This record gives sequence, C-alpha cells and structure tokens, in this order.
Amino acid sequence: MCDVAGNRNRVFEIFGIPSTALFGQLLIGLINGSFYALLSLGLAVIFGMLNIINFSHGAQYMLGAFVAYLLLQYSGLGYWPALIVAPLIVGITGVIVERLFLQWLYKLDHLYGLLLTFGLALIIEGVARNQFGSAGLPYTLPDSLRGGQNLGFMFLPNYRAWVIVASLTICIGTWFVIERTRLGANLRAATENPTLVRAFGINVPRMITLTYGFGVALAAFAGVMAAPIYNVSPQMGSELIIVVFAVVVIGGMGSILGAIVTGFGLGVIEGLTKVFFPEASNTVIFVIMAIVLLVRPAGLFGRRA
Amino acid sequence: MKRLLGTAALAVVLAAGTAQAQTSVKIGVLSDMSSLYSDIAGPGSVVAAKMAIADFIAKNPGVKVELISGDHQNKADVGSQLANQWYDVDKVDLIIDTPNSGVAFAVSQISATKNKLFIVSGAAASDLTGPKCNANTIHWTYDTWMLANGTGKALVKTGGDTWFFLTADYAFGHSLERDTAAAVEKDGGKVLGKVRHPLNTNDFSSFLLQAQSSKAKIIGLANAGGDTINAIKAGAEFGIVKGGQKFAGLLVFASDVNALGLQTAQGLTLTETWYWDLNDANRAWTKRWQAERGAAGKFPTMVQAGVYSGITHYLKSVVALKSGADGKAVAAKMKEMPTDDPLFGKGTIRADGRKLHPAYLLEVKAPAESKHPGDFYKVRATIPADEAFRPLKEGGCPLVSG
Repeated sequence: MCDVAGNRNRVFEIFGIPSTALFGQLLIGLINGSFYALLSLGLAVIFGMLNIINFSHGAQYMLGAFVAYLLLQYSGLGYWPALIVAPLIVGITGVIVERLFLQWLYKLDHLYGLLLTFGLALIIEGVARNQFGSAGLPYTLPDSLRGGQNLGFMFLPNYRAWVIVASLTICIGTWFVIERTRLGANLRAATENPTLVRAFGINVPRMITLTYGFGVALAAFAGVMAAPIYNVSPQMGSELIIVVFAVVVIGGMGSILGAIVTGFGLGVIEGLTKVFFPEASNTVIFVIMAIVLLVRPAGLFGRRA
Repeated sequence: MKRLLGTAALAVVLAAGTAQAQTSVKIGVLSDMSSLYSDIAGPGSVVAAKMAIADFIAKNPGVKVELISGDHQNKADVGSQLANQWYDVDKVDLIIDTPNSGVAFAVSQISATKNKLFIVSGAAASDLTGPKCNANTIHWTYDTWMLANGTGKALVKTGGDTWFFLTADYAFGHSLERDTAAAVEKDGGKVLGKVRHPLNTNDFSSFLLQAQSSKAKIIGLANAGGDTINAIKAGAEFGIVKGGQKFAGLLVFASDVNALGLQTAQGLTLTETWYWDLNDANRAWTKRWQAERGAAGKFPTMVQAGVYSGITHYLKSVVALKSGADGKAVAAKMKEMPTDDPLFGKGTIRADGRKLHPAYLLEVKAPAESKHPGDFYKVRATIPADEAFRPLKEGGCPLVSG
C-alpha cells in the first residue's frame, strides 16, 4: 500500500516526516474534521435557535448508529436507506423530547436544559448497555463503498471520501438554509423576538420543535455515517461528545459557520498531532480551547452577547 | 454509591440434612456489572458461578454454598469498600473474578490482610503472581505475559518477524507492549516502531498510516476493547490486511470478534486459554450457560469459564479441609491438589498462585468458513501448560524466592 514510487522525486521532509506521509495525515485530519463538523453543526443549530445546550447529542449520535444496526438486523434495510430512515426515527424521538420536556425550559437558565439533556443521555446509554451489552455491535461497510483510490501519497478508502462529500454537503446546505433563505430568516427572527414573529402568523413553537428534531437528526446522521468505521457501542457517543463540545466552544456557541470551520480545522490539527506527538492527540483540542477562551471568550466566530 | 446486585436473592442454598456436620462457605463474585467489561465477565460470570455451585452440590450434598455478587464499577475504591464489607460484615470466604487490574490489586491486598481467598479470572496483569503476589491470591485464567508470549512467539515463528505496535498509552498497554516486544526479540524478530495512542481513541487511521509506512509485517495491538475494535475496523477499510500486513490482537475476547464481525476480523491472530467451540464438553457447558443467562446469541468468554473452573477447584479444596475459614490454608490446599474440571481439563497451581493450563493460538475464520453462530476461530496451535505462562523464577514473586 501507500505506493509512492510514482512521485518519489517530489518527496521532501518536514520536521523529519516525509511530505507524502504528511499529506496523508492532513487528508485524514480533514475526514475526522468532517465528523466533528457534522456533530458540532447540530449542537450549534440547537444552541443558536433554542438556547439549549444539548448534552444528549452524543447519545443521539449513538442512537443513530444503533437504529442503523437494528434496521439491518430486523428489517434488512441496508446502509443507504438507513442513512435517511435512522435520522428520521431519531429525529422524531427528539421532537417528542422537545414537546415533553424542553419546551418548558426555554425561559429558565441554560443550566436546566443542560442537566435535563445530560440526564437523558445517561438514561439512553444505560438502556442501550442493558439491552445490547457493552462490547459493541457489528456493522460493515456497504459493498458499494468498499475499496479505495491510490492517491500516490496515500490509499484513500472510498468510504472516507464519501464521508467528506456528505458532510460538506450537509454542512453547507444547513448553513445556506439558516443564513440565506426566508425560512432561516424566520427562524433567526423567532429566536430574537418570538412575539413579533408570531404576529406575522408564523407558528413559532412548531418551528422550534422541528428545529430541535432537525438538530437531533443531524446527530443520528453522523451516527449512521460512523457505524461502518467505528465501534458501535453504547459509549461511542459519550467518548466523542466532549471533543465536539470543545469544537463548538472554540467556534463560538451557536455560530453555525464557526462550528463548521472549526470542526474541519481542529480535525486537521488533531491529525497533525497524531504524527508529531501522538500521546497528546486527545488533549490538543482542549489546549486550543483554553487558549481561545482566554483570548476570545466568545469563541472564534461568536458574537459577544 | 454501592450497588449490590441481588445480594440476598442470589443465594444458592441446598441443605442436605444429613447427619454429618455441614461445611458452609460464602462466595462473592466481584465484577464489572454495567460497563466496559460487563460482557467479558459481569453477569455472565455470576451465571458461571451458579453453575459451578449447582454442579458441585449435586455431587457433594453435605456442602452449603451461598453466592452474592456486586459491581465494582471499575473503581478501585468501590471495589475495596465492597471487599471489606463482604469479608467483615457478610462473612464472605472467597472473592472471585474481578476484571480490571487496578481493582484486582486492591482486592488482593485486602484478602491477604484479612486472610481470605481471592481468585482472579478477569484481570490481566501478570504482576498479580509476580512482585505483587501473596499467599491468598490465585490467578486463574490468563495474564499479560501469557498473551504476549503466545501471540508474539507464534507469529515470529511463522515469519512475522517485523513488528509495529499500536499501544494504549497507560500501564496495561505499556506492559503488554513490553512483554510482547521481549518475546518477539528473543526469537529473532525486530520491532520497527510504535505509536502510543490515548485510551479510547476513536479514529486510528492516522496511526495506521504510520504503521503502513513502517512496512512491518505485523501490527501488534497492545490495547483492548473499543480501541482494538476501532483499530481493526479502520485497518480493514484502509486495506492493511490486503496490503500484506497482519494484525496481532494481544487481548481480544470472543465478544470483540462478535462486535467486529468476521468479515472485518478474519485472519486476526490471538491467544486465549478457553474457547467455547473447542470440544464437546465446552459446547455442552455453553448451551447450559446460554439457557441460564437467557442469552442465546451470546457466547461465554474464557474469563467466565475461569470462574466456573476456579470455584469448582475451590470447593473441592474446602471439602478436603472441611472448612473455608482460613484463606491461606485453602490456597495451600488448592496448590497441593491437582486441578481437574470439564472446561480446563487437568492442571496445577504453582507456588506463586499461577494456575497452569494450556493456551490456544487462534485465528479468526473467514465468513465462508464459519458454519454456525459463534464459530469464530480455528486453532492454529496449542501451547502446553508449562510453556504458556511465565517461568516461576522470572516472576519475582516473594513467595518463591523468600
């Protein structure tokens, strides 16, 4: 693998690492970043529009992967249908959660939403562990995305290429809808001044409910994307969600563009850390978070409240 | 926050009412009931313990055995507190299982102080019968030295003489890497490089690229659970195995293979001391275990089988002594008597507390070779008991030298 014969003459070294290896690592960082971006996008949408810090995002990401597994196991629905159906199902559970619990919390301090969603996450994980055990469930790559391309400097699995494309599409699409369309304008207006927007004949509570459902569906979508390449286990979400929260904080809470850009950016930085100082690869994002909070407390793209 | 799982409810009592004086003992299964290791040990270990007791009592109606179980939550303080309470208040004579080496070290200490008995099945650290051994602890099923030696040696012998390690960056990973590297180099192999990755790493592709460019024939996974699974899954995707490199799983359980699926895990080499599909006795036992556990699709691990085997031998020794009160005396009796049970066959326990039995070098089957659910492995070699574990004098156990 990793056949570099074709461009051996172009290889040079950066800090003792061959440039070809470095390009590979950069690309991998970008792929991981697209997961961060997808997850932090959902968090940013929910925080920006509902003012809820959605701590159950990791559990909902895990639910996405589990629903994909169950669909395959019990109804024979493969990866592609699951990519649509699983986010729908998990999104609907999000709608129910919003109607039952969250809608009562908007007027209260952020802390209440955080505690509620955190509790929900613990319950969801506990139930999953009880039902399926802790070891994990098998989920393999869809046949259509097996194999990969030899890019000269690295072997790029087709699935990873698909992850980048899908994530970019969803991210840009979401950003476009919220920042550039009439629907998005209404939504943003509704967070600023719900009473006024209601006066225009817009059903604000329903819009907010659907927004939460959409944010949750994004988490589930990321979960289905992750199922073929990561271990599908009850704790898969809680391991990732802390990092994603750091990404959101660095990008600026509630900033959609910020979530996307920092998601990709931090993926790349983490990737490079894995080459130069692998032991620190779990910590580097938090170091950056601390620095950003010191210099720009509202985050890189945040607007000061 | 202590959670005793059905402390009282799980009592297995069988009073025979014969004229002879009754021997009575109390066993506590201390395990991880609800998180990381609960599939490897946990409730499945409790089931194995119940089966061992039922089987023994059927043949020895004069013995009264009570069973309780508890969750140490992978925290040494919780485990210690439970162990203390069990020994002092609940009058437990034996604690068994205890995955997680950190908790196992703590319980081993407590058992020695209170002169009770501790049989380790779930924990891996070979130091339990090395520098930290004591006369009240017996290490039953497996340990890190045996895993490293089994897999490392066998792969070097079959041509896998260059290695690259992906190591979990904490004590367990380091010692597994150290032991394996020693085994590899002893047989003329070479370690070309290693990466220390943080515990619970989600994405291994970056590390795999480094392993790939090292051109090592074997990628040794000195990690466990989710990390091992993530590494192998990414490896399949990045064409590691197709490119001619091979994974060596240094601590892989049947439940991990199940989580990977054979499609992804095929060709993986690993070492275990017990495999459910190895022979008729194991298969029959597995069927019973599944029925008792209420989990037809699950397969018992070597840790759970070890709990069965350990309790069986323990009860035999208690009967021979007519008492289970003196932990040291029971341990000495257990070491004196040869072991024999349907799951691990004949064996012995060494002076340092190390139980000896053969180990099996296994290879994960391809999906086409797998005939029925749980048909995971083919046996590539059997490592005899006297070669499978660390030689007595190399362990540094004070019981041996002193």
